[in-house]
Amino acid sequence: MANTTRAPRKAAVLQDQCVACGCCAKVCPLHAITIYHGIYATVDTAKCVGCGKCAKECPASVIEIREATV
Amino acid sequence: MKKKWYDYLWIVTLVYLVLGFFNILFAWLGLLCFFIPLIISVATGTKGYCNRYCGRGQLFGLLGGRFGLSRKRDVPNWMKSKWFRYGFLIFFFAMFFQMLWNTYWVFAGASDLKQVVTLLWTFKLPWQWAYHGTVLHAGVAQFAFGFYSVMLTSTILGLITMLLFKPRSWCVYCPMGTTTQLICKAKHAGRGNRT
Ligand code: SF4
Ligand code: SF4
Ligand code: SF4
Repeated sequence: MANTTRAPRKAAVLQDQCVACGCCAKVCPLHAITIYHGIYATVDTAKCVGCGKCAKECPASVIEIREATV
Repeated sequence: MKKKWYDYLWIVTLVYLVLGFFNILFAWLGLLCFFIPLIISVATGTKGYCNRYCGRGQLFGLLGGRFGLSRKRDVPNWMKSKWFRYGFLIFFFAMFFQMLWNTYWVFAGASDLKQVVTLLWTFKLPWQWAYHGTVLHAGVAQFAFGFYSVMLTSTILGLITMLLFKPRSWCVYCPMGTTTQLICKAKHAGRGNRT
């Protein structure tokens, strides 16, 4: 997949501070986010393209877009 | 993304708030946004209400997002801390029970109906124009005034944090959101963390 030198950027949720509101899942154009049992958001890194829409939307600002260490 | 019927529930929230200005008894309908989230989380172990149906969250998202009535800043760290979220939850329900207590005394005939809407648990606004008498007990109206106070107060708090921080920052400390998350956590732990 990644044939560039840089690792792909992916969304990462600080799950301990996530309030599971689901705003991130709602805006993700790739439907890469699901709310795990109403507790926190999880990102399907295979689908995520690192666009950052979710991080912008998150009311608690607990999503970071960072280079994935696969 | 194609809009679904439940993406328009913010209209219901808006209509609810407006109706309270005309007839306070409509406030009773607000119980739906208390019980539906709880029932969904207890029955399914998800925050389906927040994630999909909550009109209030949608309203803040719309006003703060589409209409730009928000600075879109990060909420301060204390606001998303557990002690604040749980502390606010406890405070909110303490105030709620105090409201029920006052309602009880009106039902019991020991105090008179007070036609006021109390904002931010402090400011008492005269609201008699929205009450035209009822064949029901005065306590029914007292509960409506009390419950509408809760709904309007939380809307105002939500609007303030919407302006200051991210549009839906109310969702960070919303008592219903915190409660349903706690229910989901408890349910999940109860199942021994199986997926
Ligand atoms: S960064 Fe973009 S693609 Fe990845 S989860 Fe967030 S919204 Fe979806
Ligand atoms: S928007 Fe933020 S707080 Fe809400 S579920 Fe997503 S990561 Fe969690
Ligand atoms: S946290 Fe509160 S306001 Fe936000 S979506 Fe859930 S119930 Fe609605």
